[in-house]
Amino acid sequence: MKLRTLLFAAMAVTFSVPGMGAETPKRGGTLNFAVSAEPPNYDCHANTSFAFIHPVRPHYSTLLTFDPEAYPKIVGDLAESWTIAGDGLTYTFKLKKGVKFHDGSTLTSEDVKASYDRIRNPQGGAKSLRQAAYVDIASIETPDPLTVVFKLGKRNASIFASLASPWDCIYSAAKLKQDPRWPERNIMGTGPFTFVEHVAGSHWTGKRFDQYFDKGKPYLDGFRAVFIKGAPMVNALASGQVLAEFRGHSPADRDRIVQALGDKAVVQESPWVCSLVVSFNTKKKPFDDARVRRALSLAIDRWAGSQALSKIALVRDVGGLLRPGYELAASENELSSYPGFSKDINASRAQAKKLLQEAGQSNLSFTLTNRNIKMPYEPVGVFLIDQWRQIGLNVKHEQLETRLYLAAQQKGNPTYDAALDFNCDFMDEPNLQLIKYISDDKSSINYAGYIDRKLDELYEKQSGELDNKKRYAVLREVEKYELEQAYIVPTIWWHRIIVHDRRLKGWKITPSHYLNQDLATVWLDQ
Amino acid sequence: MLHVFFRRLIVLRHIANRVLLVIPTLLGVALLVFFMLRMMPGDVVEVMFRGEGGNVPQEVVEAEKARLGLDKPIPVQFAKWITGVVQGDFGYSLWTGKPIAHEIGIRLELSVQVAIMATILAVLIALPLGTLSALYKDTWIDQVIRVISIAGLAVPSFWLGMIIILLLLAVFHWNPPLIFTSFFEDPMANLSQLIWPALAVGYRYSSVVTRMMRSTLLEVLQEDYIRTARAKGVFERLVVVRHAMRNAMLPVVTVTGLEFAFLIGGLVVTEQVFNLNGIGKLFVESVSRADNTMLQALVLLVSVCYILVNLAVDLLYAILDPRIRYR
Repeated sequence: MKLRTLLFAAMAVTFSVPGMGAETPKRGGTLNFAVSAEPPNYDCHANTSFAFIHPVRPHYSTLLTFDPEAYPKIVGDLAESWTIAGDGLTYTFKLKKGVKFHDGSTLTSEDVKASYDRIRNPQGGAKSLRQAAYVDIASIETPDPLTVVFKLGKRNASIFASLASPWDCIYSAAKLKQDPRWPERNIMGTGPFTFVEHVAGSHWTGKRFDQYFDKGKPYLDGFRAVFIKGAPMVNALASGQVLAEFRGHSPADRDRIVQALGDKAVVQESPWVCSLVVSFNTKKKPFDDARVRRALSLAIDRWAGSQALSKIALVRDVGGLLRPGYELAASENELSSYPGFSKDINASRAQAKKLLQEAGQSNLSFTLTNRNIKMPYEPVGVFLIDQWRQIGLNVKHEQLETRLYLAAQQKGNPTYDAALDFNCDFMDEPNLQLIKYISDDKSSINYAGYIDRKLDELYEKQSGELDNKKRYAVLREVEKYELEQAYIVPTIWWHRIIVHDRRLKGWKITPSHYLNQDLATVWLDQ
Repeated sequence: MLHVFFRRLIVLRHIANRVLLVIPTLLGVALLVFFMLRMMPGDVVEVMFRGEGGNVPQEVVEAEKARLGLDKPIPVQFAKWITGVVQGDFGYSLWTGKPIAHEIGIRLELSVQVAIMATILAVLIALPLGTLSALYKDTWIDQVIRVISIAGLAVPSFWLGMIIILLLLAVFHWNPPLIFTSFFEDPMANLSQLIWPALAVGYRYSSVVTRMMRSTLLEVLQEDYIRTARAKGVFERLVVVRHAMRNAMLPVVTVTGLEFAFLIGGLVVTEQVFNLNGIGKLFVESVSRADNTMLQALVLLVSVCYILVNLAVDLLYAILDPRIRYR
């Protein structure tokens, strides 16, 4: 009872101060926060993990950024203003004046061009993991030191939002010319904090950059990211040694921290641009049969599952291929009409049994390959097995180390039957979320092994559609068709829970654990 | 004089033989660990690029594998690695790209210190308790010590560690420091972080040594020379300390040495519980990252520790037992 009261109080406080702009920020102090993993190198363009973003993002700026107070609104970071040509093929950005790198040099449009050229077409041994996002850019021009022009070969609905990607750090053109791989081992950006040290396995520190272009910011003197995970991280939060962890907690951890911190705890919760999906190995029988796949999807009671699982795991909302609540996502009514999303689970399961019988697979036995990571994979895996048991199937739960889990889903030669896979992005954008579902030869993250040109065509159609209404209609076609084929089916979407110390101010949760991490607006009330 | 010289020569030859034996042992370990790791499916590039769901084209994955030399035949990879090891170069971590010697170096001080602290604690607890338990066999003193030592064997160190941390949090609202500070920089900060894992590990360790001390001392106390010493009227304290304990120490030294070597790389779970940036935690992280070059180096490091500790134990034997010295 006491815990419930505390939790209520903690959450009520959070939601009563939207934007947290009511208080006047104070200068000073060092923010200690936890990061539950560690980046392998220092290169924004070659990383994919929050473990990289959380310690490294405070050192860099990007061309655009998501408004920390009003996701998904996009605002300028290095860009002062911009214009988009009527044909949607030319994007012109004016940069802010007098932006300094940490070494004192001045940022120009050449730095922006060099950084994006490196992302689009890395040279000299440099790596870029986001070439695909910018494949439609034909050229980047720099008519003057404060103007940069992106010219597209074809229209792309997501290109503007992609330029706000937290991964697209702007590097110094001079450093890249000196060595294209320089950012792998060095940190030097225009962000609010300069790099101090990284002690492998222990911590990462940054200190305030006094010449940061947004005058008066950052408010902190510095930050220290401590690499710590599991129970020790919860203990560190409970004891106030670290004030936050920005990825997300399970409901049980949230309750423990709130109980320990009492009224010093602040809870922020948000839907998450991460979904757990079941991927069927279509190169293996009987998963090459759409009837079997659809039956397995029909057997899952997502609505009841979301109610039960949200109490124990960091999942909550039922959604299709796009995050529920996102403007281009299906409404609940539309969703309920898709196979596997009906609210009449008895009818769905009867249909599932019929389909299995037709396919001669009434007594199907198979293995669900899962990660050996507890949250949220394990509880959702157990839930799915129970759902399939209810239509008479026998499913084995195999929880593997990441390397073995990935090896089982190897491109070209997948060995699994069905796998609990995930789809996480930095923003709501069909061009990102749908990559998971297009054909194997066009997507690096489709492990189901199928080729379906109809899906690819629909993907291209929505990608080039700049009218949101028309795009919405195409997206419903994509969603309905994919869920009927059931190559890869969404289960329940993640739900982000952050508990932080009340002293931490100026940080607002977003639906992505990759966003709002430059710490420029964060301050300590002490 | 000449016989002393020859005796020393024999001891030196014994040591030289033991050191030479290290080479084939390490080579065997290196071979085993290298090929066993290559038998596991999956690799570091997949984990790095796809572990977090990255949409990374296959050509980028293949190019990175080629850059790291993972596309070369396994015998070629082994030859390259072992050539480096022979020259004292363990190469680079496949995960961080930094030299392995550097990665291990920043973690070794902590692991060695915890091992030393746990050993000191264990010996300080175990020698008196084991001796008392043997001397007062089947009395209430023995019963109490046996309960304490058996509990120490039954309770896993990591569990005890968790209980210690939860108690510190619940009672004192305090958690040990999260970041390692060298003892030579700030002894108080250092000890306030490491004393707790040393206690958690030292308790189990002391139980092993207590049990060993008790049983060997009981055995030695039945020997003829003890009876003779007592018959000659030697003080009981002298009989126990000089004659019995000294001889009972041989197996105790062996167990202590092996436990010490184990602690260097074996505190896998305890280091996780206390968030210690030591060799055990590095082991676990390297396994999950498929950082094979790091794992190879770590296994070799632990093997060298075992070998060196065994060598030290052999030398201690010679000091403790004149029969070995004169053999």
